[in-house]
Amino acid sequence: MSNNTVIAQVGLAERPRKSRLPARLDLLQSLSGLFLALFMWGHMFFVATILVSEDLMWTVTKFFEGYYFFGQSYPWLVSVIVGIVALVFIIHAALAVRKFPINFRQLQVMRAHAKEMRHHDTSLWLVQVYTGFAMFFLASAHLYQMFVWPELIGPGFSGDRMWGAYLGFWFYPVLLLCVELHGSIGLYRLAVKWCIPNMSREFLSKLEKALLVFFLLLGAVTLIAYMKIGIHVKAGDFQKDYTPSSVMMEHSKAAPTSMDGMLVKGE
Amino acid sequence: MSEAQKTVQSGGAQQTRNRTLTFHILRYNPQVPGDKPRLQQYQIEEAEGMTLFLALTEIREHQDPTLQFDFVCRAGICGSCSMLINGRPGLACRSLTKNMGTDITVAPLPVFELIGDLSVNTGKWMRGMSERLETWVHTQEKEINLSKKEEVMDPDLAEKIYELDRCVECGSCVAACGTAQMRRDFVGAVGLNKIARLKLDPRDNRTDADFYELIGDDNGVFGCMSLLGCHDVCPKELPLQTQIAFLRRKLATIECTECNK
Repeated sequence: MSNNTVIAQVGLAERPRKSRLPARLDLLQSLSGLFLALFMWGHMFFVATILVSEDLMWTVTKFFEGYYFFGQSYPWLVSVIVGIVALVFIIHAALAVRKFPINFRQLQVMRAHAKEMRHHDTSLWLVQVYTGFAMFFLASAHLYQMFVWPELIGPGFSGDRMWGAYLGFWFYPVLLLCVELHGSIGLYRLAVKWCIPNMSREFLSKLEKALLVFFLLLGAVTLIAYMKIGIHVKAGDFQKDYTPSSVMMEHSKAAPTSMDGMLVKGE
Repeated sequence: MSEAQKTVQSGGAQQTRNRTLTFHILRYNPQVPGDKPRLQQYQIEEAEGMTLFLALTEIREHQDPTLQFDFVCRAGICGSCSMLINGRPGLACRSLTKNMGTDITVAPLPVFELIGDLSVNTGKWMRGMSERLETWVHTQEKEINLSKKEEVMDPDLAEKIYELDRCVECGSCVAACGTAQMRRDFVGAVGLNKIARLKLDPRDNRTDADFYELIGDDNGVFGCMSLLGCHDVCPKELPLQTQIAFLRRKLATIECTECNK
């Protein structure tokens, strides 16, 4: 047993020199949150390519599966990205849960405080607690699904998922609401916490609201676009493993019999 | 009671009839066995330029001499009369009733030890915090030489220190803090502001590592969740947000040579 452990065991750990761990954890909580919020912005733009065309969304999907680098699709590359995001997500969740009300007294006093104070930032924090708590489960389910079955991404597959194929119709709208609220409020709170960028809170608050509305609307429109496709997939008039007609043509010309190398196998 | 007051007042020289204010005051005396917290109503007629402090004084003098509340300066200087006014901490002497509705709820500050009704023992809490954070200038001088001329301080720096030194320890920031409500060991903005002030002071020889020993944990600067209630209710309008952020930035990346991992 090291000296430090013995000293810590009798409750005198803080005597010799205070641990730097709380400092690093505080920094890591902010950085992991920043990473996740920025990732979600990127994520939103990638999935929103469906609004431009199914072909563009397909291209983005294949890009992340390495098709344009290796001439072949490897969905496990997506799993790697999902794995990294999931790791950051778990770290962030573990660090953020330290701040949650942990017993009835704390919850009772915090809720009464927020209600009576009628204070914007205090109420925002409660939104973070509720949406964060919901995402322990919702985001975990989504990340797990994308990690294990990365091939379920694409115009047809995503449409099918969002039209209730695996997790229910309610899943993506609720997750979208939680992510966008938590992300935009989180970024605002990071800015006021570190004073980086050092701008007025009024401005940052307006910016946060504008970003929230923008991403919620974009998300909602994108979700509807996928759901529409999902309806067609269910009806059987949209291919689940959708491939742009131009790509099909090209391949049928070049190698009419070997499509397997390029495409992800459907179910 | 209120009708009688209205008659008295309306018989005077006033042209317009003043508003009748209803105060809902939290009454509870922990010294009285079996006493239970309750809201008691009082009605008074508003006077021009009336502050909450004046209204409470009127209630105590004319309606209920048992009502307990604190005050000293009556001018927003001492910080004694801080209380929850319609749910938010503020100084009674600086709160004009004309800015409020006709129903006003008044309660004692949370977190601090309750003496009775609206009176709380902020002094006890503040002393504990000051001792814990050693909120006094630490000099390395072995010998105190009073005849020696003091070192000159840059006026801008002196101004900055003075700005943070304006804190009157009223306790509003602590009562407005969600973290302090949930975690009773949290030092609050008042404590962090004092460290920020001493950190600026060239007469204080303590290093960042020394300050880290005092506030480098979840009861100190890293416990702050940036809800900023403190910043928004401070009657002295101290720049608490930037001061806490300043300490956080300094201490979050502090190196360690001999610390206990």
